Amino acid sequence: MLFKISWKNILDKKLNSFLCILLMTLGIAMISLLMLLGKQLQDKFAKNISGIDLVVGAKGSPLQLILSSIYQIDNPTGNVYLDDVAAIAQNPLVKEMIPLSMGDNYQGFRIVGTNKKYFEHFKTQIASGKMFKDNLEVIIGASTAKNSNLKVDDTFVSSHGLDSEGEKHEESSYKVVGILEYNNSVVDNLILTSLNSVWNIHEHKDENHEDKEAGSTVKREITSAIIKFRSPMGMMTLPRNINQNSKLQAAVPAIEVNRLFELLGIGIEGLQFLAAVIMLISGISVFVSLYNSLKERKYEMALMLSMGASRTRLFLMLLLEGIILSLLGFIAGIALSRIGIYLISNAISKKFHFDVSQFSLQTGEIYLFFGALLVGILAAALPSIGIYRINISKTLATE
Amino acid sequence: MLACTELSFSYDYKKTFNFPSFNCEKGETLLILGNSGTGKTTLLHLLALLLKPNSGSIKIKEKELAMLTAKEASQMRANHLGIIYQKPHFVGSLNVLDNLLLANYLANKTESKTQAQKLAQNLGISELLDKKTPLLSGGEQQRVSIARALMNNPDVILADEPTSNLDDENCEKVIRLLENQSKNIGAALVIVTHDQRLKDNFKNIITL
Repeated sequence: MLFKISWKNILDKKLNSFLCILLMTLGIAMISLLMLLGKQLQDKFAKNISGIDLVVGAKGSPLQLILSSIYQIDNPTGNVYLDDVAAIAQNPLVKEMIPLSMGDNYQGFRIVGTNKKYFEHFKTQIASGKMFKDNLEVIIGASTAKNSNLKVDDTFVSSHGLDSEGEKHEESSYKVVGILEYNNSVVDNLILTSLNSVWNIHEHKDENHEDKEAGSTVKREITSAIIKFRSPMGMMTLPRNINQNSKLQAAVPAIEVNRLFELLGIGIEGLQFLAAVIMLISGISVFVSLYNSLKERKYEMALMLSMGASRTRLFLMLLLEGIILSLLGFIAGIALSRIGIYLISNAISKKFHFDVSQFSLQTGEIYLFFGALLVGILAAALPSIGIYRINISKTLATE
Repeated sequence: MLACTELSFSYDYKKTFNFPSFNCEKGETLLILGNSGTGKTTLLHLLALLLKPNSGSIKIKEKELAMLTAKEASQMRANHLGIIYQKPHFVGSLNVLDNLLLANYLANKTESKTQAQKLAQNLGISELLDKKTPLLSGGEQQRVSIARALMNNPDVILADEPTSNLDDENCEKVIRLLENQSKNIGAALVIVTHDQRLKDNFKNIITL
């Protein structure tokens, strides 16, 4: 019966209750969304740089170099000569060097020229077809296949640059010979081919139809290279050496990603603070609602006290109202944040080919639950203390 | 059933009310007449154990009630007293039936829907059971108040100015209703009022 009264009271003042719940929903949804998003982004970013010690490329912004070479976001900083990079790879501290050649795309999916070490690094598996071997053969990632409708044995013409509006390389077309299994990394959204193919396409563009043997007299360029060290010693000397004494730039992924997250983190923290303020305001709205409600229902309370209700029982009944409002707000907020993630994920997916959908409950959200509960209880408790001050006889007599 | 002896009460040091002693047996009706300011409501509240007297005794079925603690008084009130206030008041968010059942619930008794329906029948408010109380007419609200006062089969029914807002015809009706219901359950009925129309209906009268 107690619960019934609390519930009916909430329904009785629909607009009031709606406001309280709405505010709590917004606060919770924002915090939850930021939690989910932040975690997703951090996970994705961390996964993709694991095992990569250094990235070498053209001079410019180190963050840009990392973003373009590892995450395939943003433009590359320029091109470098393969010979210069190869020289660095000769250093005894370097265990492995994986060259990357970028600059073209098909329907927004980037075409990356590389060698088989790239695949070994990401531990890819082939879902159908085979690895590229001959010139202009490509193998595509799982998401690329899904979103572009390319199948094995399809051919396509690439566009120059990184968006699909670029000038098309009409003279030569690529052929899909394989599709990779889902890898949960940047590979899923790429079109991968050999370095030769990329050189080939661009040579044909410059020099009409003159057959040139790959890599003989022309100074070959690549975009960047991924470097793995034999030992941590490499980190101490090589990056500084490269940056100061050569025409190349060396960027350490871990450092740049940390910097990125510092910047991102400030944004996220700011928004979370705002969301906490909204939750507080929700609490205040519950407080105001109950305070006003009690003023109106003073006679009702005195009546119930005269009918045998203990003050504590009525206090709990009022507390229950606050708790119900907060809990409803919490549930709606969590649901809203899931919808939000779904929408954001779709939007990001289209632009960056990045998947951030994650719908399971996080540990942070358990804390959020208790936070919401606390707000509801405190907001309801303050005005409800008034129950203990009601003079039954006086209240009942003045009507 | 109900026996009051030399009750005395003061709100502040200036004014003290000294009430005459009286009895009321079960099935009987006692009329307490008085104009405004004579302490009618105070006496009612004393009988309802909402106020504690300075001195004197209130006994229901030989049990002394005047000096009970607030908690004990609350229990007594819920189980043995039925109070009908001057202006009907209910829990606005509940319907009539739930308002009646509330009386059971707050007295820690099992909620008896049959009891509620029986009383509703007797008082002619059966069709109103699922309506919200603010939507009822004044007369209907009053009958719901009476039903509520009877839900726990009290030993004493206290009615505060039950007829003051009614016309002659309805005044008659409500008094008949109260007396019948009270006799039905064998309770003592105490009516506190300034309505002179009731003088002729009762033998047992005290004037303040």
